[in-house]
Amino acid sequence: MFKDTEHLIRLAVVIVILLAVFILLRAAVVPKSFGQYGHYRGNAIGEIAARTPAFAGHEVCEGCHTEVVDQKKLGRHANVPCEACHGAQGKHADDPSSVTPKLPDTAVICARCHEANSAKPKAFPQVASADHSGGLACNTCHKPHRPKIEDEPKAASAKSAGGKK
Amino acid sequence: MDITRRRLLLLLPAAAVAWKYIQAGTPEAAPNYKIAEHWWGMLIDIPKCIGCGSCVRACSEENDVPDGYYRTWIERYHVPDWKIERPEVESPNGGKQGFPPNELSDGKNFFVPKLCNHCEDSPCTQVCPVGATFVSPDGVVLVDKNYCLGCRYCVQACPYGCRFINPKTNTAEKCTLCYHRITKGLTTACCEVCPTGARQLADLKNPKDPIHEFLKTHNVQVLKPHMATGAKVFYNGMDGSVR
Repeated sequence: MFKDTEHLIRLAVVIVILLAVFILLRAAVVPKSFGQYGHYRGNAIGEIAARTPAFAGHEVCEGCHTEVVDQKKLGRHANVPCEACHGAQGKHADDPSSVTPKLPDTAVICARCHEANSAKPKAFPQVASADHSGGLACNTCHKPHRPKIEDEPKAASAKSAGGKK
Repeated sequence: MDITRRRLLLLLPAAAVAWKYIQAGTPEAAPNYKIAEHWWGMLIDIPKCIGCGSCVRACSEENDVPDGYYRTWIERYHVPDWKIERPEVESPNGGKQGFPPNELSDGKNFFVPKLCNHCEDSPCTQVCPVGATFVSPDGVVLVDKNYCLGCRYCVQACPYGCRFINPKTNTAEKCTLCYHRITKGLTTACCEVCPTGARQLADLKNPKDPIHEFLKTHNVQVLKPHMATGAKVFYNGMDGSVR
């Protein structure tokens, strides 16, 4: 049928060998989980998820510090999460006895939210701290967990006594 | 360092060892997490944002973000009267230490927190030449830092400017929506610390998530909708000047 087919066979052999090398190399080089979900390494998802969180979450804090929760409930800081002021406490939550958190400085921490700024929502309580307290730490007068200054527990009588802030 | 033939030969066995590690990977970290049952997004309520910077600080701490780089940041907008196409936008240090008081009383002033929009059809993942960045089956745009070459295509492709090259690892980095937290049943670090509830993680596949009721009853927008990225960070009460 064909004359001189030897050169075609040689070419075919070379192509087959190259194909085999390619397939073997590919199998060796492409990570096993590549393509598990799509065109990427499926194991990457597990690796990213494996990191340890630094913030414990307020539910964890509330499990032990129930007296603080009771105080917060009575005031306007009820929904402010613990770690917004106290910082990341995951290590403290894992080992409460040996990792003791530092108390935040109220002169710094309160101003972050309550320093007056024209871009803040109008209804949000704001003060110009220089005029308001003259640099005194906020916790001189306010209790951070329950910030409104009231005449001790009877909130009802305090409300009726003074209408103004 | 120049790579001579001798050094290349020395590097090869080390690379082979590293490659084994990459292939093996680590086992699933959250065994009870069902990846197909979630579709993550976020809700940002602009009228509630007070620009305190708690989210930026928390993100940096939680994710070990290098100084001067931000996975989330806050912008302060000042819109002078009718010039909504020329807002003055500033973000000193990403808003990490809050914002200095401003004297601008005319016009409109407000804060806009920004982060990766975890787009459904994300431009950044489409340009990756090696498959190092992807949208996970639960809708989070992630970077495989063991696979990333640091070519910066994705940094340029993101229309929201949410990616950067980590100067230590020289790989692309971005918000992971705290993937290591949400797969363990926690919320993201930024949502966890937000004192006013302006940021809320949303699971769009969970019919009980309050996001569905919120979307039904509010005027909600995404950033750059004309780019059809399928952004999943929803902004409530957003002014037309926000870009």
